[in-house]
Amino acid sequence: MTDAAIDIRAGAFKPGTSDAEIEAAAARASQRRRRTVIFWRVAILVAFLGLWEIAARLAWIDPFFYAMPSAIAERLYEWTTEGTSEGPLWYHLYVTMEESVIGFVTGSVAGIIIGVALGRNRMAADIFSIYIKVINSIPRVVLAPIFIMILGLGLASKVALAFVMVFFVVFHNAFQGVREADRAMIANARILGASNWQLTRSVIVPSAMSWIFASLHVSFGFAIIGAIVGEFVGSRYGIGLLINIAKGSFDAAGMYAAIVIVMVVALGAEYLMTMVEDRLAKWRPQPLHETQ
Amino acid sequence: MAIEKNVPAIELINVSRRFLSPTGKSLTALRDFTMTVQRGEFVAVVGPTGCGKSTTLNLVTGLASPSAGEVRVMGAPVKGIDPRIGFVFQSDALFPWRTVIDNVMAGPLFRGKAKSEAMAAARDWLGRVGLSRFEQHYPHQLSGGMRKRVALAQTFINGPEILLMDEPFSALDVQTRVLMHEELLRLWSEAKASVVFVTHDLEEAIALADKVYVLTAGPATVKSVYTIDLPRPRVVADIRYEQSFIDYSRTIWADLKEEVETSYARAAA
Repeated sequence: MTDAAIDIRAGAFKPGTSDAEIEAAAARASQRRRRTVIFWRVAILVAFLGLWEIAARLAWIDPFFYAMPSAIAERLYEWTTEGTSEGPLWYHLYVTMEESVIGFVTGSVAGIIIGVALGRNRMAADIFSIYIKVINSIPRVVLAPIFIMILGLGLASKVALAFVMVFFVVFHNAFQGVREADRAMIANARILGASNWQLTRSVIVPSAMSWIFASLHVSFGFAIIGAIVGEFVGSRYGIGLLINIAKGSFDAAGMYAAIVIVMVVALGAEYLMTMVEDRLAKWRPQPLHETQ
Repeated sequence: MAIEKNVPAIELINVSRRFLSPTGKSLTALRDFTMTVQRGEFVAVVGPTGCGKSTTLNLVTGLASPSAGEVRVMGAPVKGIDPRIGFVFQSDALFPWRTVIDNVMAGPLFRGKAKSEAMAAARDWLGRVGLSRFEQHYPHQLSGGMRKRVALAQTFINGPEILLMDEPFSALDVQTRVLMHEELLRLWSEAKASVVFVTHDLEEAIALADKVYVLTAGPATVKSVYTIDLPRPRVVADIRYEQSFIDYSRTIWADLKEEVETSYARAAA
């Protein structure tokens, strides 16, 4: 995973050093570098959690507001083994995930389709761009109460909120990606015989794909935000509800525990997304390592 | 079809092409441009940088239409993109997310051929340009010269009767360029296509073409036409040392030089 060039200082090799020796040295250097990176990552995490714990125990900070890592871990353990006061944790997590995933999928599919369509049609883009700007200027969270009023306390209102969080990000990138598609490549495809639909499907969309993927990375996080904000405002289940209840009972550890759960899920989704992207983007050049 | 035999492949008759700049001013790229390309003829177009050479090609493809005058392909006015035309671009116009063979197959697939048929044809063409071993590579894994050969295979697989080339080899180094010239002449002599080859490299134009059109500094119009009477088949690497080549080169350069200087003076002003 180390993309940075491996720097082997000039003069480190005597003339006549064989390639195998240089490669072995480079492999060692790369491994050493990776170990250093991992060491510092872990060290910083441990130091942060340790300092937090000590600060809370010595009452430098008020554990009533800031909780402490051990209490958060205890709460997480309790939730996973015994369930929360509102029923099993897994059900809440499932509900939040369901809302986020449905919102994410529908939002990004709609964003891609409408982004590509408007990107391909300059007239429609000129007409609709003003409306998209206007709607985009609404801070998404203010829609939460409206959606809950219209769609009720259940799934639909959270999905709607997650949808609008995701849609605009994906839409903008898909639109931009289509606009940035190489003109020579488009002309080439047309002369080779591509119809309009073939052009869109096999040239425009693939070339916009790296733009679209860049937006998908951030937008799953946005979908989770949408779902949780919706749950804050009104719901019967979900991680947002747990945070709300923890807030109501001044349970700081509970709030942080819910945050940890959301973090883990978001990181897992990000990891999955990167894996899918790497598979799809195997045509892209890999950076070369530099020796010398 | 019998009548069509005598009709030139490409005719541009008193063509003008104007553009509107973003500020609303009109710029003339081509003015009273007349050119005729016979069947199977190799025509090179040379002119100073930015004079409107590429515009002539876009008019023939149908990607652009003339502001005045007429463009005819195989005797008929251009309406949309003609399937008998192939185009090799200056920049890299391959699809980077497709493997070499998928790139070459693109044309036949777009034109509705069956996948197996397209695959067989693509294999054949990759063999002809010497890239059979690189079928499954992606464009970024190839050198510039290899990518150009893929582009040639991608164009020739459609069996174009007219081949338009827009400074196709200008990004290559000198040695690779000579190899590509040989490759192109070989493919051209087999395919018997009519070629319009736009370049700013006069020696390249003389080495390849039957006729060289010299254009004026923009707005471009035809300044003079030279018929290159060098015997074929030509060996591009050696031809440049022959006396007749040097004579052509000197004569045409004297002509072209004025335009290049005009264009340079304008850019400096």
